[in-house]
Amino acid sequence: MYKILKAEKLAEKIFLMDVEAPRVAKHCEPGQFVIVKMDDLGERIPLTICDYDREAGTITIVVQIVGASTEKMSHLKAGDAFEDFVGPLGCPSELISKDVEELKKMNIVFIAGGLGTAPVYPQVKWMHEHGVDVDVIVGAKNKELIILEEEMKAVAGNLYITTDDGSYVRKGMGTDVLKDLVAEGKHYDLCVAIGPMIMMKFVCLLTKELGIPTIVSMNPIMVDGTGMCGACRLKVGDEIKFACVDGPEFDGHLVDFDQAMKRSAMYRTEEGRAMLKLQEGDTHHGGCGQCN
Amino acid sequence: MDVMKKVPVREQAPDVRNKNFDEVCLGYNKEEAMEEATRCLNCKNARCVQGCPVSIDIPAFIHQVKEGNIEEAYKIIGKSSALPAVCGRVCPQETQCEGQCIRGIKGESVSIGKLERFVADWARENNVEPEKPTEKKGKKVAVIGSGPSGLTCAGDLAKMGYDVTIFEALHEAGGVLVYGIPEFRLPKSTVVAHEVENVKKLGVKIETNVVIGKSMTIDQLLEEEGFDAVFIGSGAGLPRFMGIPGENANEVFSANEYLTRSNLMKAFKDEYDTPIARFKKVAIVGGGNVAMDAARTALRLGAETHIVYRRSEEELPARAEEVHHAKEEGIIFDLLTNPTEILTDDKGNVTGMKCIKMELGEPDASGRRKPVEIPGSEFVMELDAVIMSLGTSPNPLISSTTKGLDINKRKCIVAEEETGKTSKEGVYAGGDAVTGAATVILAMGAGKAGAKGIDEFLSNN
Repeated sequence: MYKILKAEKLAEKIFLMDVEAPRVAKHCEPGQFVIVKMDDLGERIPLTICDYDREAGTITIVVQIVGASTEKMSHLKAGDAFEDFVGPLGCPSELISKDVEELKKMNIVFIAGGLGTAPVYPQVKWMHEHGVDVDVIVGAKNKELIILEEEMKAVAGNLYITTDDGSYVRKGMGTDVLKDLVAEGKHYDLCVAIGPMIMMKFVCLLTKELGIPTIVSMNPIMVDGTGMCGACRLKVGDEIKFACVDGPEFDGHLVDFDQAMKRSAMYRTEEGRAMLKLQEGDTHHGGCGQCN
Repeated sequence: MDVMKKVPVREQAPDVRNKNFDEVCLGYNKEEAMEEATRCLNCKNARCVQGCPVSIDIPAFIHQVKEGNIEEAYKIIGKSSALPAVCGRVCPQETQCEGQCIRGIKGESVSIGKLERFVADWARENNVEPEKPTEKKGKKVAVIGSGPSGLTCAGDLAKMGYDVTIFEALHEAGGVLVYGIPEFRLPKSTVVAHEVENVKKLGVKIETNVVIGKSMTIDQLLEEEGFDAVFIGSGAGLPRFMGIPGENANEVFSANEYLTRSNLMKAFKDEYDTPIARFKKVAIVGGGNVAMDAARTALRLGAETHIVYRRSEEELPARAEEVHHAKEEGIIFDLLTNPTEILTDDKGNVTGMKCIKMELGEPDASGRRKPVEIPGSEFVMELDAVIMSLGTSPNPLISSTTKGLDINKRKCIVAEEETGKTSKEGVYAGGDAVTGAATVILAMGAGKAGAKGIDEFLSNN
């Protein structure tokens, strides 16, 4: 069992947890992810690593409620435990294997969309700890959904926040901020964009136009996370890649986002169904389109 | 009794079992087993033993069954095999022990597999425990993977007195026995769990949720975690796809994914959270045992199920019994048929599969007659899902993170057949990670060889 040491609500439907997993904490690097399973009946759910403490042997994860399993997970408290917690999975961010002096010469911008702030954070923190200042753009639907603002402020060179509805700092998408920064004369050698697939798609369309190489972190459906099932396959350029072993980071200008989004929608109805069943409990009689 | 024929084994009726996940074959009872055992000629130079990859003393155990000494029979099998209840169910006996049986020349061979299964099941039901090791060697061995090769290697090493820890990447021990082979062929909570438990009773520790190559490397196991030797039994790896248009459509699954959802995640049961979609008409592309398992699973989940295979029935790589069972249950075989494209709607959902008819030409490198397309024979199968069962390619997680571990052109780990020795000192390997996808029993044989190799290495160091 993997004990939860801390559990807090960050925003509507978004939760942060510190989990005791010494083996994962000892070896994980920014860019990697874990798979958690709540109990015997649960699904295996891939989650990005938001932070880690090698000494304490803990991993920080951020969970958003998207289906029945994450809904159940959101009720866990400090002292509860996950039955299974495996990782680190996927390849570390390529940036951290680069020469630090090279990185210091580069102008790098991170764009985080919503929950994508969680996986962006450890990368920016790593950069900060190695003396590399980077620009960070954080976008969310509204003020309530901006997460980890203080933490990010502490490690980012410049932090730009934006909200879709203008309820905080400024109105607009992450792409709008990037456009403005470039218009103001900023030059970027590299962009790292992590967030919902639709957001990453639009960032990539823009950065292609602006000629900024862009890395994205893909979060497709997965089962085992070790290369065995192939559910997470993506079209990247002319190749088929498995996000779990080849990724999760890829050259955003080569990813077929439209196909990836279609594949991600595959179980949406199943999840919706499971969610309805959970919410309605014994009173669930039809309405999900599947039962009577 | 007709001595030329096997004592028939009881099975669930095809039209009953194709709607449930309970075990198809019900096995022999004691009377039936004792009767079948009388058919064994107790050959001096037993060819069946030579046909067995782990060299079980088959005539000796069958003799004990004939006498009604089932516990004795279990002990004899236990000397050679750690997983008799599994092997009795999933070994391709017709090409191994039973294929060599003298009885088989004029009549039917002795039903060795069903007898092995009976003995193992009897031992489980009567709580016969495996014999515990008495010796302590004071040396630590890490085994990577808890599938057939890992369990066998770990069991053998523990019996020799080594301190063994198995590292398993998934959340449950058993490897392919848990995620790959369906419940109706190999019951998980009774048969597999019990065999894993027996290996633990020998003193083997199993740590789940550890992905070697990610959570830790082999070099770290040897240098930081204090292991004196490592056995790699990490299994087959990444599913292959055909590379045809439309293959990334939503309802195109690898057989690995489909079976993992159903077997490991138990998605076929309502109370489990992992989803598995129920389809109306499914095609499984491929003709191996995994294809049969995927097809029979889809059928049980309510689909009209087709096996699409580019060669003819004779070349089907699956065990004869699996093909026979699949047909009985109502699976439709579209042989000499090859997919060329998967058709979808605008949401990326599968609507059909374009196929072309094939005929057999000259033998190819595999010795089988090569299938050739018949021009102008294209047609469309309407479908709502496709399951690709085309084998696997090796997983790079371990080979890419271990210094000095050689792989061959096919990216399989290079290991000596007799000992499992690899190019890296103290590191041994066996099973699908070395051979590419093969059978449970061959992996077990490699696990045994690896245990022997590791024992020799550690005895001299």
